[in-house]
Amino acid sequence: MARTDNNPVLKVENVRKSFGDKEILKGLSLSVKKGEVKVIIGPSGGGKSTLLQCINFLVVPDEGEVWLEGRKINYAKKRELYAYRQQVGMIFQDFNLFDHLTALENVQIGLVRVKKMDKVSAHERAAAELRRVGLAEHAGHYPAQLSGGQKQRVSIARALAMDPKVMLLDEPTSALDPELIGEVHAVIKDLVANGMTMLMATHQIGFASVLADEIIFMEDGCIVEQGPPTQILLNAQCTRTKEFCAKITHLSADS
Amino acid sequence: MTEGFVAVINALPYMLKGSLVTIGVVFGAMGLGLSLGVPLAVGLVYGPGWLRKIIGFYVWFFRGVPLLVLLFLFYFGLFSWMGINFSAFSAGTIVLGLISAAYQSQIFRGAMLSLPEGQLKAARALGMSDVKAILFIILPQALRLSVPGWSNEYSIVLKDSAVTYALGVAEIMARTHFVASRTYQHLPLYIAAGMMYLLMTYIGVKGLRILEKNVRIPGYSY
Repeated sequence: MARTDNNPVLKVENVRKSFGDKEILKGLSLSVKKGEVKVIIGPSGGGKSTLLQCINFLVVPDEGEVWLEGRKINYAKKRELYAYRQQVGMIFQDFNLFDHLTALENVQIGLVRVKKMDKVSAHERAAAELRRVGLAEHAGHYPAQLSGGQKQRVSIARALAMDPKVMLLDEPTSALDPELIGEVHAVIKDLVANGMTMLMATHQIGFASVLADEIIFMEDGCIVEQGPPTQILLNAQCTRTKEFCAKITHLSADS
Repeated sequence: MTEGFVAVINALPYMLKGSLVTIGVVFGAMGLGLSLGVPLAVGLVYGPGWLRKIIGFYVWFFRGVPLLVLLFLFYFGLFSWMGINFSAFSAGTIVLGLISAAYQSQIFRGAMLSLPEGQLKAARALGMSDVKAILFIILPQALRLSVPGWSNEYSIVLKDSAVTYALGVAEIMARTHFVASRTYQHLPLYIAAGMMYLLMTYIGVKGLRILEKNVRIPGYSY
């Protein structure tokens, strides 16, 4: 895992978001360097998902700035927003594959319709990405014919085909049966081994501790504590972080 | 009895020509309704507030005023006031199409709203503009879901087309009425006319059912 560049690929500054009078994000800042993997943990409803969606403006933040490779994103400019989103891969908790397209077409459509790649090269690239996630033989299957784990791997292939500079993963295995989690984790591990820059929300604490360069504990729209896995999981400074980590570690030991 | 049978046999070629006119009105109206109904539905679901209001007014108007009133309003009123000289056939087809657009917009709107929100999010996350997302992700799915509702709309427009008789369109109803008033064989002739409508409903609905099966997404049950 090469850690060469010290400038952050992704920088988020003072992001705030309210829905009605409920403040979900209370001025959050973080940054991810090239090749770095940061994992966000914390209770549900704490704003993890909203934060990730604010980063690529699927949810428009009320305040705050997002920088990609030193460039501030002006999301009001459509062209700039669309160009930015192409460079940020997004993985959703419930996959969100396009239901009317085969696995291959799901991976291909961004290349053809967004990147304007010709059909033949797009087809080749999509097939290669499906091979990479181990689904070459399922290329012709529709989402409804795939298992949850396979769907999530297709969605990872779909994101990878766009050559993202950073990937945002929103609890990628939370909707999966326990026995399907492993295949998705293997794919994510492989990406990390190949130097992909990532920001991932998850409840899989064991998985996070192996992968993450840094763990961010988030609650009530704030970052409570952040640091290397050993510090957060074994030697947390805040009692809230300790409590949460103890519970979640206990849970994963049970299962 | 035989007189009635003879009257129907004699009138059949004339009435069958009328069914071609009926088919013309229905295809024209359904086509116009489709090409207007889809953008209306997109505007209703994804458009800005002012556009939604305008479309809402359109739908309210065309669903709220009786067909016969609209036919007379447009043919004798609006079109001649605007100085446009449409034939009864064109005017009838256009008015039925405008009405069908209002109903079809609701079919497509319902289908779009039934799609999971994540479909649009995933499309946007890939860097698609909203127009591309609607064109390549939302509509292909929504239109598939709309076929059953569209089949219902077809049978309604087919029956409504008989009302264009009031403008003097030479469709099935107009021709049947013409023959009946000359031969006084009302019962057998209107039975024949009714059967022609039933047959056309059957064929159309059957055809759309086949279309529905052919465009069904594999592994998907709805």
